[in-house]
Amino acid sequence: MTSQDLWVPEPVRVLSRKQELESTWTLELEQVGKRSFLPGQFNMLYVFGVGEVPISLSGDTSLTESLVHTIRAVGPVSSQLAAMQPMAAVGLRGPFGTGWPMAAAEGSDLLLIAGGLGLAPLRPAIYHVLRNRERYGRVVLLYGTRSPDDILYRDQLEEWSRLPDFDVHITVDHAGSDWQGKVGVVPTLIPTLAFDPEDTVAMVCGPEIMMRFTASALRDAGVEDEAIYLSMERNMKCALGHCGHCQFGSTFVCKDGPVLPFSKVRGLLSLKEF
Amino acid sequence: MKNIAQIVCEHPFFEGLNSEFCDLMCGCARNVRFNPGEYLFHQGEDADYLYLVRHGQVALELAVPGKAPVSFQTLHDGDVVGVSWVLPPYHWASDARAMSLTRAIALDAHCLRKKCDEDPALGYAVMKRLLPILTSRLHATQMQILDVYGAPEQPQ
Ligand SMILES: Cc1cc2nc3c(=O)[nH]c(=O)nc-3n(C[C@H](O)[C@H](O)[C@H](O)COP(=O)(O)OP(=O)(O)OC[C@H]3O[C@@H](n4cnc5c(N)ncnc54)[C@H](O)[C@@H]3O)c2cc1C
Ligand code: FES
Repeated sequence: MTSQDLWVPEPVRVLSRKQELESTWTLELEQVGKRSFLPGQFNMLYVFGVGEVPISLSGDTSLTESLVHTIRAVGPVSSQLAAMQPMAAVGLRGPFGTGWPMAAAEGSDLLLIAGGLGLAPLRPAIYHVLRNRERYGRVVLLYGTRSPDDILYRDQLEEWSRLPDFDVHITVDHAGSDWQGKVGVVPTLIPTLAFDPEDTVAMVCGPEIMMRFTASALRDAGVEDEAIYLSMERNMKCALGHCGHCQFGSTFVCKDGPVLPFSKVRGLLSLKEF
Repeated sequence: MKNIAQIVCEHPFFEGLNSEFCDLMCGCARNVRFNPGEYLFHQGEDADYLYLVRHGQVALELAVPGKAPVSFQTLHDGDVVGVSWVLPPYHWASDARAMSLTRAIALDAHCLRKKCDEDPALGYAVMKRLLPILTSRLHATQMQILDVYGAPEQPQ
């Protein structure tokens, strides 16, 4: 894509649509022009005549035939996107943003920590790790969500938890008595893990409050701020670092992020968007 | 086989506690086990014990009128179940149900409170261990109340 193309949504077809949760759907979009993307990047998806929103890529970066997005219907654009049927056309710009530090984390232990829908932007990193398992030390996935009914990619999580060298812990905020798993918020799992904080890279994605408590638990466990990466969400318009919509401080989430080290966003996490 | 003193003193809750204090604690301790589904205690009852989980999983639950009980926290190996024994009027604030076979040390709350009252240094050492648990549970509750994973509110 030329830089000029990045302003213009390109029409692509929906190939398939799968319901994940009550209001969350995964769309597989046709891949035009063989864009490659990095785990952690996002596309701007445009519903013609309605509007455009940033949505993370949630598929495997090694698959070049299609692009996968998991969308929760929360407002006008995301609801229309999530309702798109196969063969419908969506406008697409991207991919944009920085990815997870997959290369920099090689040789280290990995703590992948997701909350709710935050598992979607982390999933490409998980695929990458599983494909290149020998490049990383111990790998732990912590996933926290609201209730057992809100567990995203449930079948895949079960599959991953059976792998010998991939440690998966799931916890929910509340549950009925038929749930046999853990109950409690995701940061409480951190002190229970055996890991070397000096040689660990943490990648965290979820609602900001969850990321704030998680980063704090990671610091308490001895992980350096520079080794904690968060995927930030801010409302976006251009996604190109021009309009300032996603700016906080000197940081443009669309082009400097969305994945940023905690050392850079520490003081900004509690700021409201404008 | 380990004796009760070893088990109590090796539990993470008492990590770093000097042996003299540990021996005092052991005077209040006994081994207990709960089968899956068995309740350690019920909300509103007298909080007569502090449980140190050795192995197993315990769900803290709240009864919701007209609905099935809701579990808001599970506790596992090395965790402490029950902090109400330290707060007057010493009544449990929730139910606690063993989800799997659970082995624990039960410390008698009357005995514990008496020893802590008699020896402020011991009381302080116990409080220093309880406070981080209470703080972490407070933070967890804040996140749960905020329902951070719930659907965002629709604009009016
Ligand atoms: C880099 C990035 C990656 C993203 N990846 C995904 C993804 O993979 N899947 C996905 O479903 N969403 C993702 N989002 C969020 C998505 O962009 C928003 O949900 C979407 O813009 C909402 O637009 P709307 O027009 O449907 O609703 P709006 O009318 O804009 O919003 C409806 C309601 O949702 C709230 N809301 C809007 N955005 C968010 C948000 N980000 N978090 C929480 N509440 C919000 C609003 O405050 C409002 O209450 C991402 C956002 C960013 C910045
Ligand atoms: S969205 Fe325009 S500057 Fe980031």
